[in-house]
Amino acid sequence: MASLSHKDLLGIAQLSAGDMQLILDTAAAFKQVADRPIKKVPTLRGKTIINLFFEPSTRTRSSFELAEKRLSADVLNFSASTSSVAKGETLVDTARNLEAMAPDIIVIRHGSSGAPQLLSQVCRSSIVNAGDGMHEHPTQALLDALTVRETKGRIEGLKIAIIGDIAHSRVARSDTMLFHKMGADVWICAPATLVPCDFDRLGARVTGHIEEALAGADVVMMLRVQHERQAEAFVPSTREYYNLYGLTRERVRLAKKDAIVMHPGPMNRGVEIDSDVADAPNSVILSQVTNGVATRMAVLYLLSGNAGLKPGRPSR
Amino acid sequence: MTKKSGKREKTIMDSAGIDLALARIAAEIIEKLGPSDEFAIIGIRRRGVHLASRLAAKLEAILKRPILRGILDITLYRDDLTTIGDRPMLRETSIDFDINNRSLVLVDDVLYTGRTARSALDGLVDLGRPRRVQLAVLVDRGRRELPIRADYVGKHVQTEDDEFVEVRLMEEDGEERVIVTRR
Repeated sequence: MASLSHKDLLGIAQLSAGDMQLILDTAAAFKQVADRPIKKVPTLRGKTIINLFFEPSTRTRSSFELAEKRLSADVLNFSASTSSVAKGETLVDTARNLEAMAPDIIVIRHGSSGAPQLLSQVCRSSIVNAGDGMHEHPTQALLDALTVRETKGRIEGLKIAIIGDIAHSRVARSDTMLFHKMGADVWICAPATLVPCDFDRLGARVTGHIEEALAGADVVMMLRVQHERQAEAFVPSTREYYNLYGLTRERVRLAKKDAIVMHPGPMNRGVEIDSDVADAPNSVILSQVTNGVATRMAVLYLLSGNAGLKPGRPSR
Repeated sequence: MTKKSGKREKTIMDSAGIDLALARIAAEIIEKLGPSDEFAIIGIRRRGVHLASRLAAKLEAILKRPILRGILDITLYRDDLTTIGDRPMLRETSIDFDINNRSLVLVDDVLYTGRTARSALDGLVDLGRPRRVQLAVLVDRGRRELPIRADYVGKHVQTEDDEFVEVRLMEEDGEERVIVTRR
C-alpha cells in the first residue's frame, strides 16, 4: 500500500523524491484510461471537487476538469468573475462558504502567492494548487517530469535548461525544485532582469547566455514572456528578446542530438520559440498536455482519502 | 495443529500440487470452451498475472497456437476506496487486443469474498463487451459476500474469517506453496 501522507498539494517544496516517484508511477498507470473506449473509471464516484479559478486559464482548468470527470467525481466550477468575489468577499470567506457545501477537494488558482496555503489552514478539504502567483505550479512540474521520464527513460543525470521569463514563472520555480530533487542538472537562463536572486538556492545554475544553457542539454524547456505581468519593461523589446533568447533551429543544434523541446504553454511563436522548432518532431509540447490529464488524475486519486488530515507546515 | 504458540501455519498445496491444478484447469478450459474458441487469458494483478501466464503456456502446449494474454489492475474499481484511508498502489492494465465478442478467462490466486472478481468484471465492461467471462482460481476458500462463483477451481478449502490463505509463487515470493495462517 503506497500513499501520499499530505492533506494538500501546495507545492513541489513539500514533496520528497519518493512522493514524486509515486505520483509519476500512478500517473503512468492512469494514461491507459485515455486509450480506452470508455474513458472513465468509477474511482472518485460520490466525491465532490470544486475548481476555484481566480485567474484566466484554459489549459490547466480544462485539464483538471477532464481529470476529475474521468475519475467520476462531481465537479463544480467557480470562477472569480462570476462570483461573490466580484462583490467584495474575501478569499477566506469564499472558501468557508464553499467548504460548507462539503467538497472533498478544492483546486485553486490564484494571482497571489500563498493563497492555497491560506485555504489549507481553514479548510478540511484537500487543497490542490493549480498555480499561485509567482510561487508554484506543482501539477505542471509533475507533468513535465512525467513527459521527460517517458521520453528519456530517466530524470537523474540529465541536463535540463529552463529558458525564459523565470522571474514571473511559477512553473520555473516548481520545475527547478522538482528536477533538482530528482537528480537532474538544472540550468536557468534569462536576461538578468528576469532572474530572481534566490534561484541558485533552489539548486539551479544560472546563466545569462542561452548558448551556455543549451550546450549539451537533454531537455530544453522554454517559458513564455509574460506580457501581462510586465507592468514595467524588463526587456527593451520582444525583437531584442527573440534575438538573444529565442529558441531558433540553429540554437537547438547546440543541445544534444536527441534533446527534447518543451513549453508549458501558451506559446508566443516568434518571441521565445520559433514556429518550426515548436512543431519539430523532437517537440513534446502536446505530450505535455496529454500527460497533464493523467498527472492530475494521479494527484486527485492519491489525495482523495486525505481530507481532514492536519495541514502541513508552510512551504517557502 | 492447535498449538497456541505463535502463528499457526498449514501448507495446503505444494509446488507439484499447484502445477497439477493448473494443468487440470487448462484441460477443463479447453473442454468447456472448445478447442477452436479464440479465448484470451486475463490475469488479475498481482499473483493472478503469474498464474495466468503459466496457464497460457500450458494451453499453448496443448493447442499448439499462441494464446492472447492480458493483465487487469482492479484498483480503480474497488468498492472500499471511500472507506480506506490509504490509496492502494495503482498499476497498469495492459490488454492490447479487442475484447469485444471474445471469450475471456479471468485468473486470480484466491477466491474469497468475491469483491475482487466483481471489480474485475466492472473493469472489463469498460474495455468492451466480451462474449463470455469465466473465472479460474487456484484456491476457493469459500465465505463469499457476493453472488459470484468460479468456473475453474484448483482446490476448495474450508476457512474461517480470521484465517489467511496465501498463495506464494516463485516469481513474487521465491517459494512455491499455498498456506493457511491464522492471526
